[in-house]
Amino acid sequence: MISIKNLHAEVEGNKILKGLNLEVKAGEVHAIMGPNGSGKSTLASVLAGNEAYEVTEGTVDFDGADLLDLDVDERAKEGMFLAFQYPVEIPGVSNINFLKAALNEKRAHQGLEPIKAKDFLALVQEKSELVELAGKLKNRSVNEGFSGGEKKRNEIFQMAMLDPKFAILDETDSGLDIDALKVVSHGVNSMRSTERAFLVITHYQRLLDYIVPDFVHVLYNGKIIKTGPKELALELEEKGYDWLIEETV
Amino acid sequence: MAYEGDELLEEVTKKEYEFGFVTDIESDKIPNGLNEDVIRLISTKKDEPKWLLDWRLDAFKAWKKMTEPEWAHVNYAKPDFQSISYYSAPKQKVLLDSLDDVDPELRKTMDKLGISTEEQKRLQGVAVDFVMDSVSVATSFKEKLGELGIIFMSISEAVKEHPELVKKYIGSVVTKKDNFYAALNSAVFTDGSFCYIPKGVKCPMELSTYFRINEAGTGQFERTLLIADEGSHVSYLEGCTAPQRDENQLHAAVVELVALDDAEIKYSTVQNWYPGDATGKGGIFNFVTKRGICQKNAKISWTQVETGSAVTWKYPSCILKGDNSVGEFYSVAVTNNYQQADTGTKMIHIGKNTKSTIISKGISAGKSQNSYRGLVQINKSADNARNFSQCDSLLMTDTSGAHTFPYIEVKNHTAKVEHEATTSKIGEEQLFYCKQRGLNEEKAISMIVNGYAKDVLNKLPMEFAVEAQKLLAISLEGSVG
Repeated sequence: MISIKNLHAEVEGNKILKGLNLEVKAGEVHAIMGPNGSGKSTLASVLAGNEAYEVTEGTVDFDGADLLDLDVDERAKEGMFLAFQYPVEIPGVSNINFLKAALNEKRAHQGLEPIKAKDFLALVQEKSELVELAGKLKNRSVNEGFSGGEKKRNEIFQMAMLDPKFAILDETDSGLDIDALKVVSHGVNSMRSTERAFLVITHYQRLLDYIVPDFVHVLYNGKIIKTGPKELALELEEKGYDWLIEETV
Repeated sequence: MAYEGDELLEEVTKKEYEFGFVTDIESDKIPNGLNEDVIRLISTKKDEPKWLLDWRLDAFKAWKKMTEPEWAHVNYAKPDFQSISYYSAPKQKVLLDSLDDVDPELRKTMDKLGISTEEQKRLQGVAVDFVMDSVSVATSFKEKLGELGIIFMSISEAVKEHPELVKKYIGSVVTKKDNFYAALNSAVFTDGSFCYIPKGVKCPMELSTYFRINEAGTGQFERTLLIADEGSHVSYLEGCTAPQRDENQLHAAVVELVALDDAEIKYSTVQNWYPGDATGKGGIFNFVTKRGICQKNAKISWTQVETGSAVTWKYPSCILKGDNSVGEFYSVAVTNNYQQADTGTKMIHIGKNTKSTIISKGISAGKSQNSYRGLVQINKSADNARNFSQCDSLLMTDTSGAHTFPYIEVKNHTAKVEHEATTSKIGEEQLFYCKQRGLNEEKAISMIVNGYAKDVLNKLPMEFAVEAQKLLAISLEGSVG
């Protein structure tokens, strides 16, 4: 699905990613953990194509395409989705119209007709139930006046609507209480399939109780310093990162 | 919402000024220049009564003593008033009953403007008085309106058919000596629209006029007079497009609204005149005087979407003379490239318990300058007057400018006046978010900007709102930076 080789990236002259390698196959869920400032969110931004970050070295192959050569919206239309850590508010733009526009862009890219109003509404109904998104939130302006939990649920709702093949969840669990965490995780789990891959970025093992990963990677100082099975997350929760960092040094 | 932003986006694909086409119709045009003889000639050509000629000559006398206003935050080469032809009329003069009878060239023009007969069927109940240069060439729905006693015709016709109404009200809100451009308009106006809604009549359809400047080098001086008699209601739409030109064209219109006791007028404008090319060459000069007067319990609501013109100077205003009268001004003004706009409103509170609301949304892109200039005046007599003003500016680029000049004069201590203003730059984060969902930059900008302007767009009649959204998107293509 995605193959990252020797990725270097910087923002405003600060080198953040320093030779990152990662291989994610269809059907897999990979968790990225690591201390603050290790480059987790930078990785998410670089993969999604945020122009604030400059890639200085390395390659990313996305299902046979040179990912770094694609614009942000082209990556999205090729099936990349980023659930934002801090979803932005867009005043005056209804959540539903926004999603319909996004969905039809993707469909146009795939050579499909714009979705029929009836089908769209049915899809909205189905997917919003998945994350228990209240009706009023669907029609409000994008993220405007949403609580932290509602914003995160809205991200997962959007993900479900757009049906990506590769989804990055950037600290989706931050700011969520346990009930919201369960709802969000349920939404993600119900989307797991052999066709789709997830990259789950998180600080806390807690999320991984609900979204059980196939692999856990530890990111430190711009590189992956350890990869293990899901149990690695438990070990990190118990022992922290210092022992790993010492091992690396 | 009844209209879909995304469907609209799909239609928006062209970058060049879409409506920059020229219709090839023979014109009857008088030589350039302005003097009393020219005014007499215009009046004769239009077969006008003597009182109107005298009125014009009086305005011209006043105009000669006036100087062009310079207080607006705009820079431009002042027009040479002697190098303009003050009269141009398409030769086809027969008034037609049906749009099917219209000259095919005109039909094409109307098709491009999106007011084909097909569309008119869809937009049920819109009567279109199509003004091509200075003379009306097609009027529809006249009979239906006639049954209700509604008069909707060109002002030249009205001068002949309803001289008592025209004589009584013309110049009653914007006097012929009001300002430089209003005086010029009074002296040389060639046509425009006239509308009268009788007592207690609620006009069952939106009245709509499309203005169009077509003859190269022809100044256009439209005069609109709209009278809503006691207890009547009317919604009036005005939309403008103009052919692409390499030469500045002057437009100095006057619009007068009279809302008698308990009457309500909603006046909506979508203005998309040629703004000049990307280097600032060409484009329309738009110096307009628009004003309405409200008698007791009356209401006037101005809604405007301004995307065109090289230079705009325009302040649709309300004189709230009657007690309990209401004035509203909702505006979106977009400037791009080298456009300059100085626009806003005046709310003059005279009656007791008068209320006014001002919502202004400026959007500046390219190297343009966009100013809001507004006056809220609460006179001594205006007990318990209320005003709420909100002026927001959105900057698309670092090279554009947004300015706010709010003037507030309060002479009655019971007044309550609120003013809010914000300036923001279009957010990189918002753009990234939209793009990550698969919208390209243009569509993302269009979506964000239309969201920003939604409070105003929602005040427009629906079919106009759709057109306005398109114009915003077209006007701002490739504009972020």
